[in-house]
Amino acid sequence: MTVLENGLGRGLGSGTAEVLRPHAEDAFADELAALAAADDRPRPERWRLSPWAVATYLLGGTLPDGTVITPKYVGPRRIVEVAVTTLATDRALLLLGVPGTAKTWVSEHLAAAVSGDSTLLVQGTAGTPEEAIRYGWNYAQLLAHGPSRDALVPSPVMRAMSQGMTARVEELTRIPADVQDTLITILSEKTLPVPELGQEVQAVRGFNLIATANDRDRGVNDLSSALRRRFNTVVLPLPESVEAEVDIVARRVDQLGRSLDLPPGPDGIDEIRRVVTVFRELRDGITADGRTKVKSPSGTLSTAEAISVVTGGLALAAHFGDGVLRAGDVAAGILGAVVRDPAADRVIWKEYLEAVVRERDGWKDFYRACREVSG
Amino acid sequence: MGGPWILGVRHHGPGSARAVRAALDARRPRAVLIEGPPEADGLVALAADAEMRPPVALLAHVVDEPGRSAFWPFAEFSPEWVAVNWALEQGVPVRFIDLPAAHSLALRAEEEKKEEKGEGEAASQGELAPDGDAASEGGAASEGDAASEGEPAEDLRVDPIAVLAEAAGYDDPERWWEDAVEYRGQSADALAPFAALAEAMGALRETYGAGGHDRDLVREAYMRLQMRAAAKEFGERYAVVCGAWHVPALHERTTATADRALLKGLPKAKVDMTWVPWTHRRLARASGYGAGIDSPGWYAHLFAAPDRPVERWLTKVAGLLRDEDRLVSSAHVIEAVRLAETLAVMRGRPLPGLSETTDAVRAVFCDGSDVPLALIHDRLIVGDILGEVPSAAPAVPLQRDLTRIQKSLRLKPEALERELELDLRRPNDAERSRLLHRLRLLGIGWGEPAAATRGSTGTFRESWRLRWEPELAVRVAEAGIWGTTVLGAATAKAEADAVGATALADVTALAERCLLAALPDALPVVMRVLADRAALDADVGHLAQALPALVRSLRYGDVRGTDTGALTEVAAGLAERVFVGLAPACAGLDADGAAEMRTHVDAVHAAVGLLDDERRPADTAPDGTGAIRSRWYTVLGALGSRDSVPGVIRGRAVRLLLDEGELDQDEAGRLMGLALSAGTPPADAAAWIDGFVGGGSGGMLLVHDERLLGLVDAWLTSVPDAAFTDVLPLLRRTFSAYEPGVRRTLGELVRRGPAAQPAAAGVGVPGFSDTLDEERAAAVLPVVHLLLGLDASAALPGGAPGPAPDRTPDNTLAEAAR
Repeated sequence: MTVLENGLGRGLGSGTAEVLRPHAEDAFADELAALAAADDRPRPERWRLSPWAVATYLLGGTLPDGTVITPKYVGPRRIVEVAVTTLATDRALLLLGVPGTAKTWVSEHLAAAVSGDSTLLVQGTAGTPEEAIRYGWNYAQLLAHGPSRDALVPSPVMRAMSQGMTARVEELTRIPADVQDTLITILSEKTLPVPELGQEVQAVRGFNLIATANDRDRGVNDLSSALRRRFNTVVLPLPESVEAEVDIVARRVDQLGRSLDLPPGPDGIDEIRRVVTVFRELRDGITADGRTKVKSPSGTLSTAEAISVVTGGLALAAHFGDGVLRAGDVAAGILGAVVRDPAADRVIWKEYLEAVVRERDGWKDFYRACREVSG
Repeated sequence: MGGPWILGVRHHGPGSARAVRAALDARRPRAVLIEGPPEADGLVALAADAEMRPPVALLAHVVDEPGRSAFWPFAEFSPEWVAVNWALEQGVPVRFIDLPAAHSLALRAEEEKKEEKGEGEAASQGELAPDGDAASEGGAASEGDAASEGEPAEDLRVDPIAVLAEAAGYDDPERWWEDAVEYRGQSADALAPFAALAEAMGALRETYGAGGHDRDLVREAYMRLQMRAAAKEFGERYAVVCGAWHVPALHERTTATADRALLKGLPKAKVDMTWVPWTHRRLARASGYGAGIDSPGWYAHLFAAPDRPVERWLTKVAGLLRDEDRLVSSAHVIEAVRLAETLAVMRGRPLPGLSETTDAVRAVFCDGSDVPLALIHDRLIVGDILGEVPSAAPAVPLQRDLTRIQKSLRLKPEALERELELDLRRPNDAERSRLLHRLRLLGIGWGEPAAATRGSTGTFRESWRLRWEPELAVRVAEAGIWGTTVLGAATAKAEADAVGATALADVTALAERCLLAALPDALPVVMRVLADRAALDADVGHLAQALPALVRSLRYGDVRGTDTGALTEVAAGLAERVFVGLAPACAGLDADGAAEMRTHVDAVHAAVGLLDDERRPADTAPDGTGAIRSRWYTVLGALGSRDSVPGVIRGRAVRLLLDEGELDQDEAGRLMGLALSAGTPPADAAAWIDGFVGGGSGGMLLVHDERLLGLVDAWLTSVPDAAFTDVLPLLRRTFSAYEPGVRRTLGELVRRGPAAQPAAAGVGVPGFSDTLDEERAAAVLPVVHLLLGLDASAALPGGAPGPAPDRTPDNTLAEAAR
């Protein structure tokens, strides 16, 4: 059964160079192999690499034989170390963060490095049923032969348990609370009972679970404290410096712009930097020079939103402007991103404009453009 | 093995402290020599006093200059403290063998003088002392010596531990030290750890020599001399506890003559020593104590925990979080311990250190959030522990400083209550006022501002009620932790208060007090806190409350000649925030809220007037958007014309604009007509009237503008019977605030009726005759001249009659206004 499913999963994806996005374990197979060869530290059972090597895989480095491991995650070392150690201590890992902080990316690479397979994935949605986490039935089999193991359709979590692999649950907080709680038994007893058959599936060593959840969505389906207790939580932070974030935004905007067939405009990096600065300052509640505090609006103001503001601005500039990204092109987008709550956020935004933007050298055009759209 | 045993330690290192105790127990020396000022020999016995509780510090200060001082802090886990206590328990003599404070303080004074000459820049308060050894002036942020070996004051100096850590491949010297020394278990030979460390230091000293710590050579020479004296007295069986850096030098074989030569001609000052209470916070580096440690609470825990330090620590953290109503179960603690231990393994450390436990706490207890971590850092990792000093300890220098100032200002502490009138234009009185304000900041309530003058702030007169109560001496002693001089202590206290203040108004009040007490050094901190709080406070009411005090401070600053540039900036920023937030904040208020907001509007209006005067020079530059005042008028205009704003505030805004001449009478009349038109609910209209003509001189406006009065009158008669009883209390309150004369005049005007002067109302300014009554106008001129300080007879050669006796003041005013 497992052969079939694995074969199916693989057969559809790998082997063809055409695939849009190869899995982490395929894309970085060389690095993983080199790490496994160089890794002489003790490995927990069924781990492909030692915890130390997993951390190196994520953070990048150079192996003794000269193989360069590219960094998969650019951020504090501490975070990756805690995440890997959590998995090594047989605790489930919960990656929290606002959208666009590479939660899914990190979880995929962790699973790839630890178990060599990142495909045991449950995507959480408001409609995720219990079957997606536990097991379902093949009704044709069920009707024909009655309940048996053959009629059972295991979930990715169940498969991970029986094979000692790492399962992944995306967007855990979007899953309805009662469905979430099916994870409690799995995580504490490490077993999944199948009462219909009078059997159970016990997790073998090496099984673990990585969940991701959105900080801002916490209210949607907050984890019960019983479930929360089973997780070690790691919060993935937003990019640390303006430069890093400008880089991410610029690169992403470039990709998006190409896929939207926008005419490539001249260098708009200054405007991107301004957008990123505004977002960072409002998000952090403090100006970049660290001198003035500002209030934070209710919106997320994530990197992803900065990207969409700039993309929107580029479209404006390309189709209605002179093709150069200017303050006026992004102003409306920024206003829309910042002012989510029409009453409170508007005051915050105006205050920010008057107290911070107005005084800033070289921002006159930006100030005027924002004043214009803010009314 | 024979002595002497030289035990090189790291100051405030719990592992060192344990090792010292073990070594002393094992070798049982007949005397203990400790790196510290020998002047403290007489005070050492107090360390065993039942009332003595570490952290405490030895404080040395120059007798006549309490500001020139140095601290030697001791925590419970300081090796020196452990050695002192061991010796006192065993009845073994204790000697401090470092260079006497008399020399080190005098040396520093000389160096400072040199620096002043050379660079024109004196070592300022809180800055590290030149040799990183004795503390700086002022006391509050004083840096102390003892751990200075680990933390050199300047880059030029070698940090031995950093060098060793680098050699071992660590980027953080603290962490290396923890791994290499603090977390080592007890070895069989109690002296083994010291031998290893001495060897490492020996290698370092060979490479680096004195490593930039030039004074160390002198100090070490003195220590060697003291050791020779001890050898004579106790034979070889004595122990020395000193910074590891000094160990190789103390082992060196030199001649007594050479050492004496080094010590020749050292300057000397008269020095007093005492014990002062210390706090964990000041042991921590974060408080500007240059030679401190990051985590005194953690070190204290390591020292106090008999075993399983990680488990105990995490249990403690769990306890703290539970007290703060966070759900933390024993299962959490178990998981945190496992995570911390595995992390330590992964990072290749012998035991989980603070960073591992903190990471574990964050991931397991705090859901990855840093917010509870800040609490843990504050309460546990640093800790709130405050030391105590027995009352037998000599007086603190703050008391001496106070006595000195009292003498020089001729202001004696007397138990009898008395009033003191101060004229701030006289330097002596201004100094007295500053002293009293500073003491009040420090919680030493010697003088209270007398109520009589509270109302007339901003004048040059101040009156105080003085009374010296005996317990104030205790207060002075308590305030000693803030610094050694009144100025330094008050500055430190004000800064700490500002950081700790929760409400915005508290911070503004503090800013005002800083100006009154002339604490320019504290002001930047207070201002920064103020700006931060103002930026985060979403309640316009709070901001509006804070603004007047701030502007008042500005004026005080002017009277006292303080620099208020920063204050002006903050006040302007605050005003800006009020302007942006005021209009939305006024929407949808109930009657009480509206009344409160009206007082805020009034206060801001007054403050803006003053603020604009302050800012005027700066605003002459083309600013683009105009001065504060004009922006405020825009805000008032918006308030006056917005329907969602309560009537009382709308009325007030229109009135303020009218008074400022921003709105002409016609427009005011139009707005009033609008507010009082039939579509407006009577209660709202009454509130508008209250806002418009309520308070101080509102009645006069109605007296002189009959059209406005006519509008009120017409509206009042049109109020339906049912609504009349509702608006009556409000109207009554509005009009009863007027002076009796005004009320009477109004009554007469109303009785006469609006038709009395139909012609006048139509042509000229409403309420005035359209022609000039020359005779009556002339009558007022002498008074005007008198007021303006002009010579009346010169201006009016014909000689004018005095003010006519039958003129009412109202008439005079009205005419003067023409």
